Amino acid sequence: MRHTISVLVENKFGVLSRVSGLFSGRGYNIESLSVGETIDPNISIMTIVTSGDDQVIEQITKQLNKLIDVIKVVDLTEVDHVEREMILIKVAPKREDKAEVLRLVEIFRGKVVDSSPQTYTIEITGDEKKIEAFVELMKAFNIKEFVRTGKIAIAREGVK
Amino acid sequence: MKRTGAQIVIECLKREGVKHIFGYPGGVVLGIFDLLYDDKDIQLVLTRHEQGAVHAADGYARSTGRPGVVLVTSGPGATNTVTGIATAYMDSIPVIVLTGQVPTKLIGNDAFQEADIVGITRPCTKHNYLVKDVKDLARIMKEAFHIATTGRPGPVLIDLPKDVLGDKTTFHCPDKVTIRGYNPKYEGNRWMIKQAANEIQKAKRPVIIAGGGVVHSDASKELKELAELTEIPVIMTLMGLGVFPGTHRLSLGMPGMHGSYYANKAIQESDLLIAVGIRFDDRVTGRISSFAPKAKIIHIDIDPSSIRKNVRVDVPIVGDAKRVLKVLVEMLKEGGKVQWEAVRKAWLKQIEKWKQERPLSYEFDENIIKPQFVVEKIYELTKGKAIISTEVGQNQMWTAQFYKFDRPRTLLTSGGLGTMGYGFPAAMGAQVAHPDKIVIDIAGDGSFQMNIQELATCVTYKLPVKVAILNNMYLGMVRQWQELFYAERYSYSHLDTVPDFVKVAEAYGAVGLRATKPSEVEPVIKEALKVKDLPVVMDFIVDWKEKVFPMVPAGGSLDEMIFGEEKKEKKKLRAVK
Repeated sequence: MRHTISVLVENKFGVLSRVSGLFSGRGYNIESLSVGETIDPNISIMTIVTSGDDQVIEQITKQLNKLIDVIKVVDLTEVDHVEREMILIKVAPKREDKAEVLRLVEIFRGKVVDSSPQTYTIEITGDEKKIEAFVELMKAFNIKEFVRTGKIAIAREGVK
Repeated sequence: MKRTGAQIVIECLKREGVKHIFGYPGGVVLGIFDLLYDDKDIQLVLTRHEQGAVHAADGYARSTGRPGVVLVTSGPGATNTVTGIATAYMDSIPVIVLTGQVPTKLIGNDAFQEADIVGITRPCTKHNYLVKDVKDLARIMKEAFHIATTGRPGPVLIDLPKDVLGDKTTFHCPDKVTIRGYNPKYEGNRWMIKQAANEIQKAKRPVIIAGGGVVHSDASKELKELAELTEIPVIMTLMGLGVFPGTHRLSLGMPGMHGSYYANKAIQESDLLIAVGIRFDDRVTGRISSFAPKAKIIHIDIDPSSIRKNVRVDVPIVGDAKRVLKVLVEMLKEGGKVQWEAVRKAWLKQIEKWKQERPLSYEFDENIIKPQFVVEKIYELTKGKAIISTEVGQNQMWTAQFYKFDRPRTLLTSGGLGTMGYGFPAAMGAQVAHPDKIVIDIAGDGSFQMNIQELATCVTYKLPVKVAILNNMYLGMVRQWQELFYAERYSYSHLDTVPDFVKVAEAYGAVGLRATKPSEVEPVIKEALKVKDLPVVMDFIVDWKEKVFPMVPAGGSLDEMIFGEEKKEKKKLRAVK
């Protein structure tokens, strides 16, 4: 099963390597990993999407907790949370398809962030399903390339 | 007054109570070596290889419980420590490794003798540091000792760039260490401990398995109390040997691949396993799916990730073995008067039957030295009071089987990583810590050659380490596997050219002795034990055909032990036909 794990870490050099090394060294998967500073510049947060059975996920959580530079590990899959990902996708549609592409961008509440005579570069934000649905639609319009940020996630403030 | 980084390193070591460092000099750490030149409080033991230095620090730590310290230079000096660090990491040994590094401005430039040792050792240290600013140095030194020695112990490496060692700052060493991501849990959950007590009260066929965690936690007393109170037999893993007296009526010795028949039987038939400070290594469990099939499992360990890593656990208790066992014993005592002896009678009788059925044994021969005989003689002549180290392979297993360890910290052996070449330098480190004790490395001819250069160190510092080589001219354990599982095809396991170890010893200025007949074994050991100021190499020419039994073939279940008689029986059968 897929899990989204949020890892609070000391913002020190080498931390990313400690975390990613733990995954590769023990044979765990990383499907995506994103990292950035938090409100406290000494602390960063990593959002890791991984998969495995319950025993593997338990080990991943425990092993992460063992790293000295890891402050806190939360398996967001177990709690209500919001997930977002962003994609930048460059397409080169035929002249007659351009209007259709723009219409789809609008439907997906995306933005055209760059254009050239042949191409549009489109920004879409959303959960994984939305991103994938958009990519699927764009396949008809000659995708040149795309980049994805990987998932970030945050727990919803609990209704107690 | 401002101090240099090098001065801060020395001052911090002194504050930690360090008396000995094992090391090897080189360009970028000369600043520290210069201070050690006339330092009165700290003695550096100059080994002949950096790997030897780390194993020595490891042996020092295992035999004392205090962290061992290593100081080496950058590049090759640092990379040579890696095997030693990985060895300490697998067995949770507190070792502080100080490595020199090229100046910060040159890092990443492929400078002379530059190696990314922090990157290289990240997966085999508990934590490591690259010091980029001399102002952080004192805090990092303090943290390193704290991390290495608390929780589940382990090696910590500090990489020291040359310029940082030369830079000056006001010395300020924090009194307390606070690391928000590191708070080991020592107290076990009382409710869980209560569950454990309940299970113990219900159990008919319980057995304790104690491991290295009991050594680190110094919990021998508590363990003995539990075992004697409840009349539960005690099995010890290789790392745990000595935490419970090997001569005790409740001791079943070691389980697993080369464990005793009765230890493995007890595990497979038990209805409750009380595992303390063990991590259920594959050499202990055999095939997981058929491990202890009838037992509930209580697992006490300070490392949460050890629990449920390999085996299912019914009562998990995260905490320090000493504290948890103490509470557990209290609870069992409060639980009312149980006639433990009566409750346990049938189970102990069954175990006694297994002990009679298949004791650990070998066939004595008058003409050729059996390696087990040498181990037995060493045990007898040292009255079980020596500190014993081993190399890895047959020598290690025979030692575990035939030397009865009665106290913790008297067996130094590379259990997790299985590092050949560990035993001799580890014995050397233990001898530095215990100058008046008898320290013996039980070795193989293959392993000893992997760090034989440390003879020079022992001669220099007048360290009377004894090396007992069980010389079979083979990589014996490899040969055993090839005989049993590879159709007797002895591919590259025969060491055709084994040096004359007596002459080698003498060339280094050490004492060399040899025994080729069983009758010579005792005189040689006695002679060796008389030597007080030089290392002694005892070359025992042993039966090369001898194998370690019982044996659970890799991946087999603990029920599937072989005893070495099968083949003989087959031959007999053939003769009858």
